[in-house]
Amino acid sequence: MNLSILILVPLLTALALLPAKGLKQVRAIALLGSAAQLALCFLLFYFFQQERAGGNTEAFLFQNNYTWFEPLKINFHTGVDGISIAMILLTAFVVIAGVLVSWKMEKMNKEFFFLLIFLSLGAYGYFIALDLFTLFFFLEVAVIPKFLLIGIWGSGKKEYSAMKLALMLMGGSALVFVGLAGLYFNTDINGAHSFDILQIARMNISTDVQKLFFPFVFIGFGIFTALFPFHTWVPDGHSSAPTAASMFLAGISMKLGGYGCLRAATYLMPDAAHEYSTIIIVLASIAILYGAFATMMQTDLKYINAYSSISHCGFVLLGIGMLTKTAINGAVMQMVSHGLMTALFFAVIGMIYDRTHTRQVAQLGGLMKVMPFISTVFVIAGLCSLGLPGFSGFVAEMTVFMGSWEKADSFYRIATIIACASIVVTAVYILRATGKAIMGPIVNKEHLSLGDAGWNERLAAGLLILGIVVIGILPFLLKDLINPGTEVIIQKVTAAAGK
Amino acid sequence: MLNDFLILMKQELMITIIIFILLFLKLGNKEIKNETMINFVNVLLFINLASGFLMQQEGDLFGDMFRTNELLTFEKNLLNLGTLIISLQSYNWLKEHKHVPEFYILLLSTLLGMFFMISSNNLLMFYLALELSTIPLAALANFDLEKRRSSEAAFKMIISSAFSSGLLLFGISMLYGTTGTLSFAEIPAQLNGSPLQVFSFILLIAGFGFKISAVPFHLWTADVYEGSPVAVTSYLSVISKGAILFVLVSVLYKVFSPMNESWYNMLFLISVLTMIIGNLFALRQQNMKRFLAFSSIAQVGFILIGITGQSNEGSTSVIYFVLIYIFSNLAAFGVINLVSAVTGKETMDEYKGFYKTNPVLSWVLAIALFSLAGIPPTAGFFGKFFLLLAGAGKGNYLLIGIAALNMVVSLYYYLRVIKAMFMDTNENPIEKVRAGLSPRIAMVICVAGIIVTGLMSGAYQYIFSLVK
Repeated sequence: MNLSILILVPLLTALALLPAKGLKQVRAIALLGSAAQLALCFLLFYFFQQERAGGNTEAFLFQNNYTWFEPLKINFHTGVDGISIAMILLTAFVVIAGVLVSWKMEKMNKEFFFLLIFLSLGAYGYFIALDLFTLFFFLEVAVIPKFLLIGIWGSGKKEYSAMKLALMLMGGSALVFVGLAGLYFNTDINGAHSFDILQIARMNISTDVQKLFFPFVFIGFGIFTALFPFHTWVPDGHSSAPTAASMFLAGISMKLGGYGCLRAATYLMPDAAHEYSTIIIVLASIAILYGAFATMMQTDLKYINAYSSISHCGFVLLGIGMLTKTAINGAVMQMVSHGLMTALFFAVIGMIYDRTHTRQVAQLGGLMKVMPFISTVFVIAGLCSLGLPGFSGFVAEMTVFMGSWEKADSFYRIATIIACASIVVTAVYILRATGKAIMGPIVNKEHLSLGDAGWNERLAAGLLILGIVVIGILPFLLKDLINPGTEVIIQKVTAAAGK
Repeated sequence: MLNDFLILMKQELMITIIIFILLFLKLGNKEIKNETMINFVNVLLFINLASGFLMQQEGDLFGDMFRTNELLTFEKNLLNLGTLIISLQSYNWLKEHKHVPEFYILLLSTLLGMFFMISSNNLLMFYLALELSTIPLAALANFDLEKRRSSEAAFKMIISSAFSSGLLLFGISMLYGTTGTLSFAEIPAQLNGSPLQVFSFILLIAGFGFKISAVPFHLWTADVYEGSPVAVTSYLSVISKGAILFVLVSVLYKVFSPMNESWYNMLFLISVLTMIIGNLFALRQQNMKRFLAFSSIAQVGFILIGITGQSNEGSTSVIYFVLIYIFSNLAAFGVINLVSAVTGKETMDEYKGFYKTNPVLSWVLAIALFSLAGIPPTAGFFGKFFLLLAGAGKGNYLLIGIAALNMVVSLYYYLRVIKAMFMDTNENPIEKVRAGLSPRIAMVICVAGIIVTGLMSGAYQYIFSLVK
């Protein structure tokens, strides 16, 4: 299977949107395109499993290597392992859900869906890239559509948030660029340099070089995934964005960072990863705790979810920082789980806002009586967020904790305990928000006349819940998928530790 | 001999022929309508561009004063392309103007000067060509005849370029004094890095710095750009800058290669200053022309990084970037030119709500600005990436870090324009602007160039093969 199809389908969808007229045509094309994406991703998943079952143990499958800029040895190199497949599936789920919840988008709908589909193109390209240049290219492709989506269709102080997000993410890319250039010039393949991830991984880059450039790459990608103290774009960006863009931002965009930290930083510079793991763990623990406590203070539903994202993405970085196999597995599972969960959360908040025109917890109340479906979805998303067994959140967080407990040192133990403790705080804010907004008496009498979810919203929520529950009940599906991928990374890391 | 002469100088001869045709048309007492005249010149310029790609040959003339090869021919073709685009874009402005033939005669004279400058193989020839390319530009800057700002711009321009020519001449004479030769081929062997030579080199760099408006020699830029007609501004910021950059690369790489240590440090300093100052000033501009002027100063800072690479990748990335810069900057100027010619509006506030009335023009401007900011998938991303990568080849990651952070700063002001166009609302936005055929063709060329030059690696590889 040629992976370029994954880029081609969104590209064609986006191009097909250009001549479309009227909301009906536009959304039909967008839905068709995103459904095709989803089908394609499942097909890819199926082929991947077939190959693996057939005994193909190569780390990256379906590789294609096209020469791009020959003099600089830059190739368009694509290929997938289990981790990429998991992220690609996540992207497909979030995109189709995003299209469905934006079904009634009135304002400049063609541009809206165009940018949304264009964003998904960036994400797919990013996850299939095996060349650092290609990776970086797609990382930046996704920045500007976010700016426009927030700035044009957002709410609140949208221009400020859009600008802040674009500049901080660009700053992240700038750091990543310095790191990548440093890596490039320290590779030597018959006298030439290379951006190829597999080639760099095979090479022994000296520890000093790694120590110099690891922080650039890690912090750069870290900004995308809300690494403390570079998380400040998250609350503003997420809460100002329109529903579908929030879903994409929290669900996929933040995962670009986590994936990059794993694939480009830890995998290619394992010596430095050991060197800096203490700092990463400290920062991740701060993010987890700080995010959780900051969420307690929020009264706006979107801010609640945005701050809790900082806390949840902290688990991803914690897992990566621990550098044990189980912990990294947990980090990847947390990326997928958080992606689905937070997309669901933002979708349901969007549905509530569309009807009640408020996101303030205090102005809501008793929604269960007027919109039972939406309220149930809200409760499910909340329970997943606080890590109830049976949902994906539990599986992922549990795996991270188990992985970090493997490290016997008291420093790691304390970090793990801090992270565990944050779950209690999570429970406090989730249950409080649910209790006030969903349960109890109806606060605003006007809310009595509001309707429940339409077919499109039910379908969107259903798809995301399906993902959450399947991972929650059958976690081995995800674990077996990503395991060979993390195995490759952990081998490099253990080899580096032995030195 | 005559054959050689015809083929080696074919691009210069073509321009000369066009100039003479225009002169005869002007002298003849037949009234020609402006529209016809402009279209006629555009056709001539197109033929001129196309003929540049035929019969490429290498060789030198006039006792090694003039040389040409495939790379130089390609560079001249780029300038031809840019001039054609500008001519197409200025259709709306020029058709109301009383002096169309003069405009083109002056414009093409400067272009001729640039061609000779690119081909020069001797400091005297270089200086002569440089003067030919700058003096008519000052007259062009004055081409909005009834506007006082335009005359002011012309005056500032002539003074500052005279000053920079003086510096350049002083440098040249001292270089001649220490090396005893003016020929580019013979100078390198005579360079020994003596203080006097370094001093003369500093003067030369200052002269070049004026022309490409590198900090601290940039002070004339903003006023001249703002006062001149948009067509001339875009010509100044793209074509004339591009030509000087081509020459700068070949002079630094070929002639001053024995002194590369000292010019590396100098360029490092100038490029950092240029990026930072250009960006800081661009942050606050309200006039679109002034804003693009400062942004183009910052761009020069990035280009200088590519030159510091001191490798084939370095010079390739500079020429490649100039190609992309022609497309991106001219696309931006094209929209501004059109809006300014039709409505007279030039400030950023007036561009608020532009998307509501002119969606297509807004996207063109947006794509151009993304390309200038270096956002993929536009070509600007590739251009900037390769410039910085070439610079990183010397192992100076401090410079690359500063440049990368400057890209973030520059993104802010480009996004300010995007924000004004797409997000802000306006009581009375710019009305629907109807573009004629010529500006449309120019826009299509630019946008296609912005998208294709990056994603397809053909252009880069072609330039790389020429540079080798």
